[in-house]
Amino acid sequence: MIEYFISGPGSAYTRLVIYLVAFMAFVGLNAAYLVLAERKGAGWFQRRPGPNEAGPAGILQPIADGIKLIAKQVFVPPGVDGILFRLAPALVLMPAFMCLATIPYAETIYGRNINVGLLMVFSFGSITVFCLMLGGWASRNKYAVISAARVVSQNIAYEIPMLLVVLTVLMLTGTMDMQKIVQQQAGGFWNWNILRGVWTLHNPLVPVTFVIFFICMLAETNRAPFDMAEAESELIAGAMTEYSGFSWGLFFMGEYANIVVSCSVATVLFLGGWQSPIGILSGGAWGLIWFFLKLYLVIFTVIWVRWTFPRTQFYGLLNLSWKILIPISLGTLLLSSALIKIL
Amino acid sequence: MSAPVEIRYNGGGTIAPPPEETFVLNLGPQHPAAHGVLRILMRMDGEYIASSDIVIGYIHRMHEKMGENRIYAKFLPNTSRIDYLAAMHYTHAYVGAVERAAKIEVPLRAEYIRVIADELQRIASHLVGWGAWIMDLGGLTPILYAFEDRERILDLFEHICGARLTYCYYRFGGVCNDVDDEFLRGARDFVPYMRGRLKMYRDLVTDNIILRKRLEGIGIMDAEMCRRYGVTGPVLRGAGVAYDVRRAEPYSLYPKFQFDIPHFPQGDSMARYLVRMEEMEQSLRIIEQALDQIPAGPVMGKIPRVLKLPAGDYTYAVEAGRGRFMVRIVSDGKDTPWRLKLRTPCFGNLAPFEEASKGMILPDALALLGSLDLVIPDIDR
Repeated sequence: MIEYFISGPGSAYTRLVIYLVAFMAFVGLNAAYLVLAERKGAGWFQRRPGPNEAGPAGILQPIADGIKLIAKQVFVPPGVDGILFRLAPALVLMPAFMCLATIPYAETIYGRNINVGLLMVFSFGSITVFCLMLGGWASRNKYAVISAARVVSQNIAYEIPMLLVVLTVLMLTGTMDMQKIVQQQAGGFWNWNILRGVWTLHNPLVPVTFVIFFICMLAETNRAPFDMAEAESELIAGAMTEYSGFSWGLFFMGEYANIVVSCSVATVLFLGGWQSPIGILSGGAWGLIWFFLKLYLVIFTVIWVRWTFPRTQFYGLLNLSWKILIPISLGTLLLSSALIKIL
Repeated sequence: MSAPVEIRYNGGGTIAPPPEETFVLNLGPQHPAAHGVLRILMRMDGEYIASSDIVIGYIHRMHEKMGENRIYAKFLPNTSRIDYLAAMHYTHAYVGAVERAAKIEVPLRAEYIRVIADELQRIASHLVGWGAWIMDLGGLTPILYAFEDRERILDLFEHICGARLTYCYYRFGGVCNDVDDEFLRGARDFVPYMRGRLKMYRDLVTDNIILRKRLEGIGIMDAEMCRRYGVTGPVLRGAGVAYDVRRAEPYSLYPKFQFDIPHFPQGDSMARYLVRMEEMEQSLRIIEQALDQIPAGPVMGKIPRVLKLPAGDYTYAVEAGRGRFMVRIVSDGKDTPWRLKLRTPCFGNLAPFEEASKGMILPDALALLGSLDLVIPDIDR
């Protein structure tokens, strides 16, 4: 019986259980420490120390925050839609978990390798928005409802250029299997998708598509300068206005889990996943190290952007997508397909 | 968009039930963008503002009445608390009015010190206004840079009068402490430092495309509208009117100094932004000139032991950080004023918001609100 689960046909389930537990720990800790990284990062950008009281250099701050959030009352205001109001924070982490299961962290470390992994990531990634919308709608708060409406239109607007860009890359890779996509990028940083298309002339515009992907990623995860869902100086806290205690904390965790998912996808698609940038020191545990190095570099850029730029105006945001990003990504798609056909 | 709907707030009464497809958004008095206890009732048509109604008075402290029932000197500390970000200017207007009425001579050195302190205060005030405004627009970092610069100014003020926010530094007939070399050196060092910082702000914030998109063409208030509502200060200069009390009704030593009055004809939020940035440079220019010319001498003139103003009507206006601040004292010869009127700039600057915000979407309206650079206690007095 035990053999069935360790080496037999049941090993896939064992793997799944182990990864689920590991992901829960990872997502929780990651969210907590990304908050610390964000606050520390903000401190550096703003020339102040950031949290530095709890533990050495403030490293226990997230734990203190977590305890505070758990200890707080989860207040359900009168007049809200009780079921949906409680359901939304419970659902908000689910899509991120599903996405994380398919991402290859190293050659052998992944939750479940399926041959349409990328498709799964994007289909689950696109339903994250429903949880925010649900929360905003159930709150019966005008600010929250405005935010919910914004989130939906923003996500629709940015899903399109994002998928067009991904399609362009898929033309180069020819597969949706994320593990295979990473394996194709072996050898060194010039083989990564962000540069490979340039020198193989299959698509000289891949760096542009990466920039578009990054912008869309910021918009999809509701990060500044596109944080329309929160927009604290306009909408108080947007969809999360009425949430308190750990139900609010779950939204927060969901936001950071989504950042990890999108940055992981960016790493896999454009930056060579777990491949070493110089060809040597690859394989085994090195893969994990390279992957997380790249992942956190992208995440750092996300934090950097947030603390540097002001927020875009909502209609400017939609115009950016419909009038600039979609035409450009369509153009790169056409160019790429033409070049692949010719060469 | 449907036709604008008229709503009026009738003093704690009820609002008529909203017609279909519009709703009332209650912005404040605790909204993060309201910078204090300002409340705006917005009739929204989707994300568009059909009409808005400003509710003020949450922080009314009866400063005018307080001035009327105590002797002149006892009202001095209050003047710093009307607009706490431009306290020097407010005290200046009050002591100026009393000095004008009682014909008190102010020593030259004291006048120079007042000009230097006024201009430092203007920079500090604009820095806070600028930082808080960018924060409204979602840029969370510049305000901390602005506070770092302001800190240097506050340190200088602390050095000369011991206070960092509500100074009460000017007294009838002069200033309460003479400045020492350390202050003068600090002020002199501050000028090139601030010039470098302003250049950085230009590169980091002013030239940012997102900021420009958010401010250009947003919240247009033309000169005619400004005139109708009594708008003054950087908001009026952003509408292309080069009106500055320092030039229009010269006071203190301002006629002696060379400075430009920055004004931009566009009348949008960006124009108001640029006016403030330029004004900081001009203030540095004035400080530089004043530091070069400051003479030695006493800093306190002769003042009577019991101050009674001769019967009459006296006014004194200054260019405060946010516009024209005027003190009007009507005296009947006693040691307290018969009537004290404070003409505060923010009240006039807020007034056109109702008209200017019509048809805007919420984030733009908040960008407009930020561009007015309001201090709520200044509105409510």
